[in-house]
Amino acid sequence: MIPVIGLAVGVVLGLVLDPSVPLWLQPYLPIAVVAALDAVFGGVRARFDRIFDAKVFVVSFVSNVVVAALIVFLGDQLGVGAQLSTAVVVVLGIRIFGNAAAIRRHLFRA
Amino acid sequence: MTTPGPAEPDPPAEEPAQPDPPAEAPVEALATAAGVPPVEPSAGERPRRRRSRRGLVAACLIGVLTLLLGFAIAVQVRSTDTGQQLAGAREEDLVRVLDDLTSREDRLRQQAAEQRAVLAQLGSSDTESAGALEEARQRERTLGLLDGTVAARGPGLELTVNDPEGLISAADLVNVVLELRGAGAETMQVDDVRVGVDTAVTGTPGDLAVDGQAVQAPYRVRVIGIPEDLAPALSIPGGVADRVASRRGTLDVVPSQDVVVDAVRPLTVLRHAEPADHD
Repeated sequence: MIPVIGLAVGVVLGLVLDPSVPLWLQPYLPIAVVAALDAVFGGVRARFDRIFDAKVFVVSFVSNVVVAALIVFLGDQLGVGAQLSTAVVVVLGIRIFGNAAAIRRHLFRA
Repeated sequence: MTTPGPAEPDPPAEEPAQPDPPAEAPVEALATAAGVPPVEPSAGERPRRRRSRRGLVAACLIGVLTLLLGFAIAVQVRSTDTGQQLAGAREEDLVRVLDDLTSREDRLRQQAAEQRAVLAQLGSSDTESAGALEEARQRERTLGLLDGTVAARGPGLELTVNDPEGLISAADLVNVVLELRGAGAETMQVDDVRVGVDTAVTGTPGDLAVDGQAVQAPYRVRVIGIPEDLAPALSIPGGVADRVASRRGTLDVVPSQDVVVDAVRPLTVLRHAEPADHD
């Protein structure tokens, strides 16, 4: 319940405040969002598997975001930022799909 | 479903299978370590309070994190919408975008040039055809006047050939017409018959016909041309005036600035001659 409320409030706040993204953050924010989404999906799946743990969730959330941003940052420094961010998005997308499939199996038993 | 999915084994940074039981276990271990009696961890009061406080902190953290996530999603969607994402784009992306734009601009420029050329062509052909049309109209008017298919008006003479004794012959009348033409007459009519290129005067004196149409004395000739040129041409010695006088007739010449030649001839349809195109 808390995550749902948090998400909703966050979205509303973002829409209402409408802040501009700082320049240095612009390449990393989309990647961080995707990484966080991956963590959220993992958390939902763990919840369905009845093995959810708050600490693991928090740590995985933060580390996902940080690692994804780091990879992209590193890529930018190496001059392959665009390709690396694509790679990160692809990997995270595959994981999100896997977690979504597990959630789906729990929800629909199919 | 408790059976692990195919994606289950690989996620490393996530909670699913492994991390949870160990995460639960240390709490209990800690509790047993803290609590003096090693009996039952859940029976002790302090472990329970600890756990509930931990739960509260976790819930707060989860709430903050998801709130941040929602915020980030909203902000990112917004900034992607507004198109200001170019500001944070990478150099290589910008170069690509610039290349795309440049090639697109080239294409559009080329298209514009082509269209402009077509437009110019159309415009020039338009003015050309308008000019040709105007010229054709002009020619039509001129030819119509010369051929006698349209009525004409302008400065000229009104000529009356009196023939009280009926002695004026067809040759005399033709002579009048030729003399006027020679003096620059542009078009004329005899009584109600327009004079054209193939006009003939036939009949015997007193019973003349112009182009087959009978005319009666006095013959009234209306001619368009410069009056000052036409009038002297009639009165030269041995000219028209003299010949009419020799037939005991008289010639009345009235110059006018507005002579109306309103008799028309049917359009001559040529059956044999065709324009020899040389273009």
